[in-house]
Amino acid sequence: MNISKPYRTVILTGLLMPMTLFILGCYNGVMQTIYRAGIIHQSSVAGINYYQGLTMHGVINAIVLTTFFAVVFGHVTVSYYLKREPPKLTYQISMLLMVVGTLMDLVAMLTGKAQALYTFYAPLKASPFFYVGTALLIVGSWIAFFGWIKIWYSWKKENPGKRMPLAILGTFVNFSIWLVATLPVAYETLVILTPWSLGWTDSINVPLTRMLFWMFGHPLVYFWLLPAYVAYYTILPKVAGGKLYSGNAGRLAFLLFLILSMPVGVHHQFSEPVFTPGTKLWASLLTYAVSIPSFMTAFTVAASLEYAARKRGAKGVFSWMWKLPYFEVDRYLFGYFICGLILFIFGGLSGIVNASYTLNQLVHNTDWVPGHFHMTVAGPVILVILGMSLYMYSTVSGKALKFKTFAVMVPYVWMVGIAFLSHGLMSGGLMGEPRRTNLGLSYTNPDSPLFNHHFVPTTTTTLVGGIIMGIAAILYFIVFFATAMGKRVNEPQLILPESEELHEEKDIPLLLTMKPWLILMIVLVMTTYVPALISIFKYSKAVPNKFQPDSPQNLQK
Amino acid sequence: MNKYEIRVIVLAGLLLSAFFFAILYNDFSRNIDVPACVTYSGTFKVPHVKKLDRSTYEVYGVAKMWAFTPEDLTFPEGSTIDLYLTSDDVVHGFNIVKKGVNLMAVPGATTKTTVTFETAGVYRILCHEYCGSGHQYMMGKITITPKKYY
Repeated sequence: MNISKPYRTVILTGLLMPMTLFILGCYNGVMQTIYRAGIIHQSSVAGINYYQGLTMHGVINAIVLTTFFAVVFGHVTVSYYLKREPPKLTYQISMLLMVVGTLMDLVAMLTGKAQALYTFYAPLKASPFFYVGTALLIVGSWIAFFGWIKIWYSWKKENPGKRMPLAILGTFVNFSIWLVATLPVAYETLVILTPWSLGWTDSINVPLTRMLFWMFGHPLVYFWLLPAYVAYYTILPKVAGGKLYSGNAGRLAFLLFLILSMPVGVHHQFSEPVFTPGTKLWASLLTYAVSIPSFMTAFTVAASLEYAARKRGAKGVFSWMWKLPYFEVDRYLFGYFICGLILFIFGGLSGIVNASYTLNQLVHNTDWVPGHFHMTVAGPVILVILGMSLYMYSTVSGKALKFKTFAVMVPYVWMVGIAFLSHGLMSGGLMGEPRRTNLGLSYTNPDSPLFNHHFVPTTTTTLVGGIIMGIAAILYFIVFFATAMGKRVNEPQLILPESEELHEEKDIPLLLTMKPWLILMIVLVMTTYVPALISIFKYSKAVPNKFQPDSPQNLQK
Repeated sequence: MNKYEIRVIVLAGLLLSAFFFAILYNDFSRNIDVPACVTYSGTFKVPHVKKLDRSTYEVYGVAKMWAFTPEDLTFPEGSTIDLYLTSDDVVHGFNIVKKGVNLMAVPGATTKTTVTFETAGVYRILCHEYCGSGHQYMMGKITITPKKYY
């Protein structure tokens, strides 16, 4: 469909800005593997110190890029399926807030005023600029959602009796999770951290801030993942040349995410004081449950791909896997999707290890954890973001894709890079290699009394992975920016590949409404977080602590 | 949804139930558990070691930027240690490598675990949580001496 100029500007800005910052995010990612492998024994390079770079890597790649993409992909999906634009005021204010918030974060990080990493490590203090900037980015994304709700109701009025399209359900589930999950972190940043950072309040309850952060921190990973799932259900089957195996299975998977992704954040805190073992065991059980929709998705997507391959003439029980369009230039999206899925097999399974209560103690905060999440967030999530950003940018701007061979190569190179990176990180993690640590200054520095030779092969493997990923990133940036700087050759269009469903399925009323599921979600959130809050008040105390990262001097005393 | 999809859901559920049963077995039958809750009070901020008998100790550990106190802990082989841990400043990590003791030191809260050292040697304690610019140097150790010296 054709769209108005302001809407197009917002979509293109929402793609261009985070992708530009992603260069900085990737640079800092590659740099970390160099520091950690002990190639350099320095605390900073080119004016950016290790922890400042780590903060940028996390904030840009995992918050800025993912949030912008969720909003822009949401705009495109919702407008494509409902055939209308959201109210101008909502999409413009939303994008404005997100851009301003991101710039504030960027200033805070570049000037070294925010090195608290993106998990807001109170009582390490970051600049209030950083907290407010993050809050603005989040609030901006809410406003986009409000616009979609409005056009959804107007569509529903004009189309009585029609089902909510699967892509819309996925997007709405995702932003409902986001809206609920960001309330605790908004409270944390605006009510607790900002006044404390400005010096208006003296003491801070650290366990409370950590609980509020992880109450957001885990649903956040589903907020990254669900746009990728929307793409896997509604775009991939079409790109592969087939149909979606079952729409109802997709609906059920999204609705299970709606109820189960909120109450599981405590599983990041198994090693922490304050929460009772009972609360932790419950979080472990719920986390197992939230893996079920991913198992379902694996089946449905694989079945859809098999159908596509057989339509392309494949035979045999397993040999159909070779009949898919892996290297077709016109179906370059396929490579991004399939590489993400392959990585997610390992990412998902290692996630179950992390969720496993006491087993977590072997891996908590070791390099195993980044090894795991580079196969999820840097796997399916980033690859779908990269692929769809190319697709959306070229269609919405009407510009032709440049360097198509590179565009096809990128996901495969990236996947190989991740395989090395994650293998190095995970094997090191099992030997106690700590995450978020400038290993090059101590553990991988032969001149340091802390030197540990076991970490040398593992960090070297990670380095190899980091370099390969860096090469993939450079190839991608060439494609993306050459496309963005090209001339308009086609009529700008808002369009998506749309998969049909294979079977004509009967409507299941429970799968067509979000309301009962939203209620169930709130009940489940209470079962985890009421006991968690009671524990906080019972077992912990607020402390008058406030620290800069570079000094053990308490600023509050 | 057809029968294959139902089967996938059931199979996934069974697999996860098996995993969960393994957790319960280890927790309740082999007593492998996550750290316990202890009500916090300021007294936990004084680092010290209490010897209860020849092979039983209580360690009140405090993590600070950028060291674990008390430093240089030495115990005889076969010692069982009740470890209470808090932090004096920011959040720190506490991982006794190869012992599966993995704790967070959080200011304003106390965590507790019990660990037995069967074999002599030097055990490293790594801080695995970002705690400021000296984080990568924050390492402690526990020395376990062979029994014959006692």
